[in-house]
Amino acid sequence: MNSSLYKYILGVADNCLILGQRLGELCGHGPNLETDIACTNISLDLFGQVRSYYQYAAKVAGDNRTEDDIAMLRPEREYVNVLLVEQPNTDFAFTIVRQFLFDVYHYLFLNELQKSKDETLHAIARKSSKEVSYHLRFSSDWIKRLGDGTEESHNKMQNAFNELWKYTDELFHLTDADLDMISQGIAVDTRGLKGEYYSIITEVIEEAKLKTPDLKYFQKGGKLGVHTEHFGYLLSELQYMQRAYPKMQW
Amino acid sequence: MKKEWPLWEVFVRSKNGLEHRHFGSLHAADAEMAMANARDVYTRRNEGVSIWVVESKHIVASNPENNGELFEPAKDKAYRHPTFYDLPDDVKHM
Repeated sequence: MNSSLYKYILGVADNCLILGQRLGELCGHGPNLETDIACTNISLDLFGQVRSYYQYAAKVAGDNRTEDDIAMLRPEREYVNVLLVEQPNTDFAFTIVRQFLFDVYHYLFLNELQKSKDETLHAIARKSSKEVSYHLRFSSDWIKRLGDGTEESHNKMQNAFNELWKYTDELFHLTDADLDMISQGIAVDTRGLKGEYYSIITEVIEEAKLKTPDLKYFQKGGKLGVHTEHFGYLLSELQYMQRAYPKMQW
Repeated sequence: MKKEWPLWEVFVRSKNGLEHRHFGSLHAADAEMAMANARDVYTRRNEGVSIWVVESKHIVASNPENNGELFEPAKDKAYRHPTFYDLPDDVKHM
């Protein structure tokens, strides 16, 4: 099997799976009916994308595992999502800031992935990018509403940005598999997206009357399988049914 | 403390060529949010190609108490239906 390609696909896909799971936790618990449905719609978009990626990963792996095995049966250290997407839904400010910080990246990333020499990745990126344009519009809109809202909403948003900012740098880290795939014209060299990422984010933050956090030290580890303390809990909920009732279907 | 957002009515056109139909209502703080919410709540299963939203307070509704004078007089005016013409056999699809 092409192990760099397999790892690269997981690096892209796991972000969608874990963020989708986080958003799915809000099903029935959103701030109101409309926002609840919006968040779970985004969750389902991400799960749709992740299925395409895992189906492809299963094909590349060629070891009889299915997309479900890849999604549900890996141990914690084998998930390679960035730390940002596993952060909990502390409150709606955290949920929406986490979404926004990922959406900007995701949007820029998918635009570039459409230039990939790998036809499957190229096709998934093209299909997903319309969904992600909407996600970005949704989250940016809420950043502006709440940042430039009441004093309380402003403070909550600023607090969420301050807390989550340290996870943004990792989006642009590259693993060995990433570098290998970049050299073959398959992967996106995310280092080239960093400038635009922070400039889009700063623009929205300023429009929302918030302050861009000034941080010198960033967290990393997710891309290498080293996760924050929240991840085990997320995974046990995600995997519970398959672990308790192996091969269960519904 | 808890303030409800205003209510909006949602109209969706399901296909080009058809008219917008009333689909339901939702809460939103302003028109932009109402549009986003309508998209998420009412078109997530591919129901539409166009959305109208209007704040419910702008809709003028007839008062059910006036139903007698508004609608009952029309009940026995069968001659207002164009059903009293003999159609030539050659005219089809009427």
